Amino acid sequence: MTTLTARRPRIDSTNGVWLALGMTLIIGGILVATDGGSLFGQNSTVSLLQRAAGLGIVAVGQTFAILAGSLDLSVAYVISLTSLIAAETMAGSDGRVLPAILAVVAVSGAIGLVNGLLITKLRINAFIATLGVGLLIKGYLEQGYAGPAGSVPVSFQHLGYDRVGPVPVAFLLFIGVAAVAWVVINRSRFGHHLIATGGDLDVARLSGVRTDWVLIRTHVICSLCAGIAGLYLASRLGAGAPRVGAEGGYDLESIAAVVLGGTVLAGGKGGVAGTVGGVLLLAVIDGIFNQLAVDPFFKQVVRGVVIVAAVAIYAMRLRRKVVRKAAA
Amino acid sequence: MTVEAPTGPAALGQSRRGRWGAGSIAPVVVILVLLLVAVGIRQPDFYDPPALLAFLKRAAPLIILAAGQYFVIVAGDFDLSVGSLVTAEVVIAARLIDGDPGATWPVVALVLGFGLLVGLVNGLVTTLLLVPSFITTLGMYLILVGAVYTWTGGSPRGALSEEFRMLGRRGIEGVPWLGEIPYAVLILLVLAGLAILAMRSDFGKVLLAVGDNPRAARLAGGRVAGVRTIAFVVSGGCAAVAAILLGGFGGVSFQVGAGLEFTAITAVVLGGVVLGGGRGSVVGAMLGALTLQTLLTLLNLLGVAGALASAVQGLIILAAVAIGGLRART
Amino acid sequence: MRKKTGTALAIFAAGTALILAGCSSDVPATNPSASASADAGAGTGETSEFFVQADYDNEIALRTTSATGPSDKPWEQALNPQNADTAKYKKAGPYNLCFSNAGVGNPWRQVGFKNMQAEVKLHPEIKSFQVADAESKDDKQISDITDLLGKGCDALIVSPNTTATLTPAVEQACAKVPVIVFDRGVNTKCPVTFINPIGGYAFGAAGAEFLIEKVKPGGNVLALRILPGVDVLEARWGAAKVAFDKSQLKVVGVEFTDGDAAKTKTIVNNYIQRFGNIDGIWMDAGATSVAAAEAFEDLGKPFPAIVGEDQQDFLRMWQDKKLTAVAPTYPTYQWRTPVIAALKILKGEQVPSPWKLPQPTITDANLSQYVDPSMPPLHYAMCGCSDLPGYPGDWGGK
Repeated sequence: MTTLTARRPRIDSTNGVWLALGMTLIIGGILVATDGGSLFGQNSTVSLLQRAAGLGIVAVGQTFAILAGSLDLSVAYVISLTSLIAAETMAGSDGRVLPAILAVVAVSGAIGLVNGLLITKLRINAFIATLGVGLLIKGYLEQGYAGPAGSVPVSFQHLGYDRVGPVPVAFLLFIGVAAVAWVVINRSRFGHHLIATGGDLDVARLSGVRTDWVLIRTHVICSLCAGIAGLYLASRLGAGAPRVGAEGGYDLESIAAVVLGGTVLAGGKGGVAGTVGGVLLLAVIDGIFNQLAVDPFFKQVVRGVVIVAAVAIYAMRLRRKVVRKAAA
Repeated sequence: MTVEAPTGPAALGQSRRGRWGAGSIAPVVVILVLLLVAVGIRQPDFYDPPALLAFLKRAAPLIILAAGQYFVIVAGDFDLSVGSLVTAEVVIAARLIDGDPGATWPVVALVLGFGLLVGLVNGLVTTLLLVPSFITTLGMYLILVGAVYTWTGGSPRGALSEEFRMLGRRGIEGVPWLGEIPYAVLILLVLAGLAILAMRSDFGKVLLAVGDNPRAARLAGGRVAGVRTIAFVVSGGCAAVAAILLGGFGGVSFQVGAGLEFTAITAVVLGGVVLGGGRGSVVGAMLGALTLQTLLTLLNLLGVAGALASAVQGLIILAAVAIGGLRART
Repeated sequence: MRKKTGTALAIFAAGTALILAGCSSDVPATNPSASASADAGAGTGETSEFFVQADYDNEIALRTTSATGPSDKPWEQALNPQNADTAKYKKAGPYNLCFSNAGVGNPWRQVGFKNMQAEVKLHPEIKSFQVADAESKDDKQISDITDLLGKGCDALIVSPNTTATLTPAVEQACAKVPVIVFDRGVNTKCPVTFINPIGGYAFGAAGAEFLIEKVKPGGNVLALRILPGVDVLEARWGAAKVAFDKSQLKVVGVEFTDGDAAKTKTIVNNYIQRFGNIDGIWMDAGATSVAAAEAFEDLGKPFPAIVGEDQQDFLRMWQDKKLTAVAPTYPTYQWRTPVIAALKILKGEQVPSPWKLPQPTITDANLSQYVDPSMPPLHYAMCGCSDLPGYPGDWGGK
């Protein structure tokens, strides 16, 4: 019984995504090589990791929300908004980078706070609360902006364009954010409370966890991550873009990446390591299709199948485990 | 021991729902009446029977979608695939009919069948493979969009026949006083009646019980998986009907279903239905859809800048749900 | 508990700062800067910050300029050509062409991309044609360009998703290969040439001037736009606004339709109800022009004067119902030109830079030339594609 408890399902799922990633890399590498290209060439690796970075940072934040049994559909608009705040505050001047970063942190944190308060204090379902906040931001963006605005100084573009060997700095930022998140989730008291809240809200509350406070902080963290992604995109695009988040599909795709990484949508089980795997898996699939120049519409079909199949496999493993546990 | 059926995400706040009687349609009725009064003040001839029927005709597809979505939501699930299903159906119909009136009715049957089939697949994947419905239907959404674009080479082909378009566009003409009775309104009335009957039947009671507490429902002998699957089939079927009406009303495009899944879910929630299941009525869901459509009309009539519309929509949804929640708690 | 989170946040902040310090760099030298001008006009709202008077004046002038080049091939013609010397790019074939596409998410881009693929087939000296599709994502397109540069391109064609945001990536590419930009521009002079028809201001003005001519003074005009924030569409509206502000017409509303036919019909319905009648419909793109016209038909109202585009469904309705209509075009034949330009550049021949293509308007007089019932409803008539291999089947025609 104890060994079974030790082998938590989340570890299984997390391994699952890395296994899938490995297999996809091998099969994809062979396919691309037969096609006469190279999946592991310098340029394709750089662009693959670069694209993983933006989604990855958002997905780390989304992992917090989902672990807590919540979710955040406003991230796409937060990204657009913060990219604009960053670029407009900087206005091309080196001296204003720090104020811009602070402004982004303040605004995204405030949005997260609003999300959290709506969910905990007004008891609005997270789906509706974050959808509504997203609509509000969307309206503001559509009313206020006719296109890209602001500009970031060259010094700030280093975030979007520099790299260490084949690894973009932005990817390191993603890994850094993920590492911090891992520590927070697995080593801090807040992390334990987060898992407890997501696992069973009532049990957590009864055992003394201030679940409202946990959820509010979770949403602040999630929005902050979206803000960081907005900063990265501003640096990458050289300007703020009012449609970059929605067009990038960061809301649903970040949820897909988290779930692909083995985190259970209902909350309480999973972790950031899986999310990193999920993000990389999506990026690698994308990269392979890019190299093979597969029709982008067909790519959607494959993405849909992969996501559903992965979750079905996790669910089946989970069931088998529980059945075995029951038999023991 | 059995595995707990996975529910949608974020069943937050539900734990206390015993004390707050969420699911009431009172808030949505109040909002709807306020909006209708506002529309009436701004535009008195809105209440001329022909104008009112034309308004109902435009609202019918969303109301039907909301009714379908209700069945899924009240059982504790989500259906995010309805928007792309609507698009897929319209594009499929256009390509298969290709302007040939003789193909109309077989294609209508096929469209309905396809909608039911997609719902069945959603239901089976969710209940048998234990994939959370949010993910199942998100996957289905990606698959349908991708597949239909791939199939048509990225741009709709063919054309809908006038007979097909008639259902969403025309009506029984020359009715005294009322003018034209749109077919869409008749279809809506029939489906709304069926939906209300279904919720009053045993099926409806089991569905509510499943959404309220799947484990208890199973222990009480309810066929949880079967009932949830039927809910998805209903939602798929409703999406197919909505597609026929929308395709008829507006014609072929790839935009026809875009974003409808969120609009439908919003409508259902606005109608007092609790995400996570177990609470709320199908009448509320349909009134929620009507409220959203009235809101859009009011914004047009007031001349609110188009870009602000989504912000106003967001605000009203948050306010409605928050007031509903608070009112119920006290 | 708070202390721990605080520590974590501190680590987080420190980590971010460390990474921000950066190391070696691919950052391009120059930076985009947006120019803005703002003044308010009656009924039409504020002037977009993207309205550039000089560009507007230039485009309005180009409308009456006659083109040079083969008269039966508008995609090879140029308005006021200023040739650029390309001798330094000359190299022996066969060639490896690369194309970074913003996306194929709408029928206009679909038709255009098919034109381009067919144009490539006409040239045996093109050994390979590698395409990366950015799926309308700016950040993906930036990565795509990096990606393509690693595939040994001899020339790179770019159709940018947005102007400002693609500039750094295009500048990077310019340092390595000759770059041809078309459709949308970029804020840099580094590409060898930039190809597009006259542009959005000319498109928007053509429709607005038609309404000013056809609708009685004081008449109600409803402007229907697809979405805010798309530069090409902002330019179209910007020019229409200038024309309407000077006219006697009353712009009763400016609404966004999301390109959704049902929403369009609902909006038009509401406006007809609110104002009794609408005398003119201006649109920034033709996607929902048929739906807008149908809204009048369904209410038993006479059709208004209406602005559409060169899509077959609208042209057919125009012909069948004898609409008072005009169709400004943003021709999809411009997708053929970049391939032709790339080959000229690689052969060291001069190319016009910028390469301005003619931008015809479909009127009652030439409507019958463009209506073709065998093509799909959303096919763009001004595609210059009927002589291309695979026509009409590849375009969905019969």
